[in-house]
Amino acid sequence: MSDLQPFSRRRLLQWSAGVAGAGLLAACDVGGGTSDSGKQGAGQGKITALFMQQAAYSEDDVRKMTAAFQQAHPGITVEPTFVAYDALHDKIVAAAPAGTYDVVLIDVIWPAEFSSKKLITEVSADVPDSWQTGMLGGALSTAKFQDKFYGIPWILDTKYLFSNTDLLARAGVDPATLATWDGVLAAARAIKAKKLVAYPLLWSWKQAEALVCDYTQLVGAFGGTFLSSDGKSIAFNTGGGLAALEFMKKTLDDKLTNPNSLESLEDDVRKTFVSGGAALALNWTYMQASADDASQSKVAGQVAASPTPSGTAGGPGVNGSMALCVTSTSRNQQASWSYISYLTSADVQNAYAKNSLPCWTASYDDPKVVAANPKVVPAAKQELAKLIERPQVKRYNEISQVLQVELQNALLGKKTPKKALDDAAAQATPLLA
Amino acid sequence: MNKLWRGAATPSARLAYLLLLPAALVVFGVVLYPAGRALVISLYDVDSPFPGAYPWVGLRNYTAVLSDPRVWTAAGHTLYFTMTSTAAELVLGCGLALLLAAPLRFRWLFRSIVILPWALPTIVNGAMWRLILNAEYGVLNSVLTRLHLIDSYRSWLGTDPFLALNMVVLADVWKNTSLVAFFLLAGLSTIPRELYEAARVDGAGALLAFRRITLPLLVPTIAIVLVLRTIEAFKVFDIVYAMTGGGPANGTQTITFFTYLQAFSSQRFSVGAALAYLTVFTVLGLAIVYLRLLRQGELRAR
Repeated sequence: MSDLQPFSRRRLLQWSAGVAGAGLLAACDVGGGTSDSGKQGAGQGKITALFMQQAAYSEDDVRKMTAAFQQAHPGITVEPTFVAYDALHDKIVAAAPAGTYDVVLIDVIWPAEFSSKKLITEVSADVPDSWQTGMLGGALSTAKFQDKFYGIPWILDTKYLFSNTDLLARAGVDPATLATWDGVLAAARAIKAKKLVAYPLLWSWKQAEALVCDYTQLVGAFGGTFLSSDGKSIAFNTGGGLAALEFMKKTLDDKLTNPNSLESLEDDVRKTFVSGGAALALNWTYMQASADDASQSKVAGQVAASPTPSGTAGGPGVNGSMALCVTSTSRNQQASWSYISYLTSADVQNAYAKNSLPCWTASYDDPKVVAANPKVVPAAKQELAKLIERPQVKRYNEISQVLQVELQNALLGKKTPKKALDDAAAQATPLLA
Repeated sequence: MNKLWRGAATPSARLAYLLLLPAALVVFGVVLYPAGRALVISLYDVDSPFPGAYPWVGLRNYTAVLSDPRVWTAAGHTLYFTMTSTAAELVLGCGLALLLAAPLRFRWLFRSIVILPWALPTIVNGAMWRLILNAEYGVLNSVLTRLHLIDSYRSWLGTDPFLALNMVVLADVWKNTSLVAFFLLAGLSTIPRELYEAARVDGAGALLAFRRITLPLLVPTIAIVLVLRTIEAFKVFDIVYAMTGGGPANGTQTITFFTYLQAFSSQRFSVGAALAYLTVFTVLGLAIVYLRLLRQGELRAR
């Protein structure tokens, strides 16, 4: 080994540093990787698509739709990937430079960010007028930023109030009283007084986007807004925004809300609700089908969906829609476009209306759609007409993170609602610029 | 002619360098190049995943990070996590190692069972503990209520940020104690049996023998375990991601989790890179201090 001695560790380090330095100088751009713009492609070949595995269309639904698409387009093969909602955004960002996915599913809160950073392609020229008039407004805004289209709406969803009709009946509650949040609280008190469940209300208040969705729905109910009317300053720390958080905190203090809400996502709410552990809960459309499925639900047949209750203002639901987009690094954009056009078509959406309702206005009068989801469609017709948006800003994710923490600070009693929202506003204001 | 060149002239050395080449390429490709790249990125304001021209900001990302109160809160959580988990793993691991070193029947069986938690991927461990600790249907609540230790099901990860942090520590301790135990077991096997016999002849009990023989002779192993575990614990990410997502109220947010959010969720890649570099420097500092202590200990032992 003696002849290896001269090559000391120090020299190895010096060499390595030299080589690394040279490598860095050789690379011209800062971001890393090579500049690689997308290509139209031949409209044939293999494409990859990224979906989520949470609420709305199930993985099974998507695989069936994809199989049917491939049958109709023999030249194209699609490889779908599924991730949890909370991993979706970061996966899209991390995979963008490599061009891993041709098609991605994006949430209504991301078009501002993704379009400004050019992760997704603009498709305004390809969107026919018939779509703009045929789709519901809430769905359209999902794929639009500053009047340009970046994708096609695919999931049109909002949170409905689901109730366990058996528990309501045993507590002597008239379901009609659930039209207002005051009525919901009265119902919860009646159920609690009869000791039918320990905590009648359950929410998805985990430190995640789910918490902001529930909060948004209440902000709407109490007539609040996230931003001032000119969009330049924060407004959620006053009026309806504050009233919404005070309402949330009060239901916890009155022991009507299950404290486990603070560690629950939508699917945790679903699991507890279908096992009879909660009487009233907000959730997306997909909970109805799951709750009525006797193989996974103890409350099958005794679950009702109603439009979100009103507070001091009307009761708009949170816009929880999602759209399919073609990524800017896709090398097969034409085939990707055929795929998303197919998935979003009225026929396909109508056929899978059980877990997610169609984006098309006409679908709601289609007997097949009504038959697929007879309990949610009437509520949807009413609620989808007016939805409340989370702010469409480029740094939405950061604002949401700030808001999630401060909402939880108030819910955990570490700050008063006013103080928590003022703190959130102070941190969020520089992020609006 | 420098020394290196003369050294490389012999055939065996040339073969050695040739054999080292693939490893060197891998190290350069997956460690040195990305590390250098991250350093460059941390000096610009990179706000998208694509290559391109970005404004040069010098050390501003570093000053911004160091003056951000969220970073210090996360650093506090990281420090607490590192200290408590490492300490608990060391104490429990030491006890476990002594048990596994004892002349028992089926010792091989116990040893293979004990290594199982460590063999589990961290993300699986995190998901498993999230289910165990679930407030509505978790096993822990069920067991504790049946033993009448608690009256009703309670929340472990949702309603008390500090409790949630401790639960993450618990999950980490469960997984990594076995690794520590096996290191210490290896250390124990190097201690000559004669020392214990001599101690017994001199009338020393088991406790005294542990304090005067086992512990001092285990110090080098303990030091190595300490270095490894501190550095690993400082970089804790996946278990937090799987168990709590940083909540409740940021109570379990650690430095690396905050770094991840900044880079990928907020697309502040430069801030993320600066944070990563600060983490590296801290860990490097820790390692140097530990290694120096270790060397002093060795010198004294001579």
